[in-house]
Amino acid sequence: MDFSFSEEQTLLRNTVQSFLQDKYDFDTRSKIAKSADGWSREIWTQFAELGLLAAPFAEELGGLGGGAIETMIVMEEFGRNLVIEPFVETVVLAGGFLQEAGTDAQKEAHIPGLIGGETVWTFAYAEPQGRYNLADLVTTAKKDGDGYVINGYKCVVLGAPWADKLIVSARTSGGQRDADGVSLFIVDKNAAGVSTRDYPTVDGRRASEVTLENVKVGADAVIGEIGKALPLIEKITDRAIASLSAEAIGGMKMLNDATVEYCKTRKQFGVPIGKFQVLQHRMVDMFMAYEQSVSMTYMVTLKLDEDDSERCKAASGAKVQIGKAGRYVGQQAVQLHGGMGMTDELNVGHYFKRLTMIDTQFGNVDHHLSRYSNAA
Amino acid sequence: MDMSFSPEDIAFREEVRTFIADNYPRDVINGRSRGDMSRDDILAWHKILAKKGWVAPHWPTEIGGTDWTISQRYIWNEECARAETTPLLPFGLSMVGPVIYTYGNEEQKKRFLPGIYNGTEWWCQGYSEPGAGSDLASLKTKAVREGDHYIVNGQKTWTTLAQFADWIFCLCRTDPDAKIQEGISFLLIDMKSPGIEVRPIITMDGAHEVNEVYLDNVKVPVENRIGEENKGWTYAKFLLGNERSGIAGVARSKKAIERLRKIAASELVDGKPLISDDEFVRKISEVEIDLSALEVTELRTLAAESRGQGPGPESSILKVKGTEIQQRITELTMEAVGHYAFVYAPHGEAEGGNSFVPGPEYAKGASQNYFNMRKTSIYGGSNEIQHNIIAKMVLGL
Repeated sequence: MDFSFSEEQTLLRNTVQSFLQDKYDFDTRSKIAKSADGWSREIWTQFAELGLLAAPFAEELGGLGGGAIETMIVMEEFGRNLVIEPFVETVVLAGGFLQEAGTDAQKEAHIPGLIGGETVWTFAYAEPQGRYNLADLVTTAKKDGDGYVINGYKCVVLGAPWADKLIVSARTSGGQRDADGVSLFIVDKNAAGVSTRDYPTVDGRRASEVTLENVKVGADAVIGEIGKALPLIEKITDRAIASLSAEAIGGMKMLNDATVEYCKTRKQFGVPIGKFQVLQHRMVDMFMAYEQSVSMTYMVTLKLDEDDSERCKAASGAKVQIGKAGRYVGQQAVQLHGGMGMTDELNVGHYFKRLTMIDTQFGNVDHHLSRYSNAA
Repeated sequence: MDMSFSPEDIAFREEVRTFIADNYPRDVINGRSRGDMSRDDILAWHKILAKKGWVAPHWPTEIGGTDWTISQRYIWNEECARAETTPLLPFGLSMVGPVIYTYGNEEQKKRFLPGIYNGTEWWCQGYSEPGAGSDLASLKTKAVREGDHYIVNGQKTWTTLAQFADWIFCLCRTDPDAKIQEGISFLLIDMKSPGIEVRPIITMDGAHEVNEVYLDNVKVPVENRIGEENKGWTYAKFLLGNERSGIAGVARSKKAIERLRKIAASELVDGKPLISDDEFVRKISEVEIDLSALEVTELRTLAAESRGQGPGPESSILKVKGTEIQQRITELTMEAVGHYAFVYAPHGEAEGGNSFVPGPEYAKGASQNYFNMRKTSIYGGSNEIQHNIIAKMVLGL
């Protein structure tokens, strides 16, 4: 039993921390979010130069040979700094699919560009009717010669406005919600038949609605086995859930520290408001919610390679914990900051919004309570 | 004990429902929320009601009140909520209006009440300051007497819709040496006075609803002081009592739950409507039960009020429970819309109001509403302060 980080892992954390301190303070982040593009390609390129995009890939693929713990470290620091850039979408999701199930040719073709920061990816899975059920797909891919023709609609595809390539889930056989018959395809965003409408999200990011109309892809666009992609999708989205958990604990830590600090300095009735016991207990509850979330984040990170049922319980358990804790910490951080917590100017509201959206991403507390219960 | 409606009440409901249907300027409002509307649009409904004589039911009848029974006031609120009319602004009608007709002199009543009633003068509230929130009495804005004027210096904050206001009612310190609650005066200040500057505060949902108001050597005629000098805290507290009793928002919350149920009937989970999901429907039921209790609690408070027992400290219950319920409903609504909770809906034309907002119409702004409603447990005396009031004034702790 050992919860300490290796020297290399500590070095990675320090690297990310000092880079973000220098280049990604809250004002810079706000400017990036409000810019026309809504993200910074320059920052992304620097992430690549620092090796962050390569961290979790095997060395023979040009990566640094890290794993889930390295991703956790990066994501926790990203969470502390509200990083917008599509690390989860590109590295954890697309990178995860390619590394886990890509053919040698696919890995060779795509991973170097991804690691190098040249190609940005995202995962287009959600559909309006499907809610959080990853198998509930109306989008279809029909065999067409050697390749496939994809038709469908994907909603709230985070990071899609910046992406060059999409990984699209589509049904190749079976009924709308069958576990069998789900397949994954690599789709060029500028391929004929792909159209996107972009918009901002409440947590300072960008997303697209993606329409796929007779989009033709070759056989080399298929990731994994045709019709058998659901377990793969579950596995890789569980990794994304672990990443979001790490991001969430980074955000919660910032909110808790800021709230304690504010309550020590903000005076009403002649004393710092932190002297009021009712607020002290509130902050203690926030602290405990955070600590419990750290524990669940470590647990899911260490269990990502266990068998499906263990991994699924760990991921859904973590998602429930960070959903509930993020809600409590976020709401109370705003409440204890008073009117200031409501403003766009202070960072508190931005962390609150991001934590709220993390609960929605890949299924909220209710969804993961059910998933956990069914796996247990 | 009787909670049923009389035949007169039922006839009254029919009358007001018809009036709203025939007169509410739906084409002008066009489903927009207040944050996205112009000054004239916000006031449109107010002016129609003023003409009808229904804009200030709670005022004394000789100055425009309607003398409605509790049941009728309840029905009126419910019908307005049902028709989703723009809520009337409370700053004139429910805040400074009652202060003026209770504590103001004849000239002040004549000068100010018609403008409030008819909606020709817009008021805002100069209470909170950067250093005086929950501890309002520690306010620092100074008014120094010079002949027949006060010279006012200071800063007010969280001033709702000050960008449209003609007048601000302002708590100012007139005796810096007195105990903190005893040196305050209640001044009415013309927003066009030289030395007033309004700066917007954008909230986390992207809305421009609140402002900072800076007062730099603002000249205010002494005749614009309400009541006695240094007695402003008495009037301020009277106003806050009134603010609290209107804050429960029961009828609007009922409507919001009805809307939530409709959304949950449209959203799907595994091919079935979300409303048939046990977990989710129980959450709706839970908040609805809370609301039923609050509804009766409010009616009990109103009944006590009609017997002449003014809104007492127990009205803090209405504020705490009412805001918790409003927050919970917006939270469940955000939850109900699923992925589309991510979407940012721009406010008004200044922010590109016509840009692309995906998803069903009912999902628009769902999470922004949730974020915005976090303010309700902070404003009007934070919910922590309301707990203190009940602990001290009701429980005697």
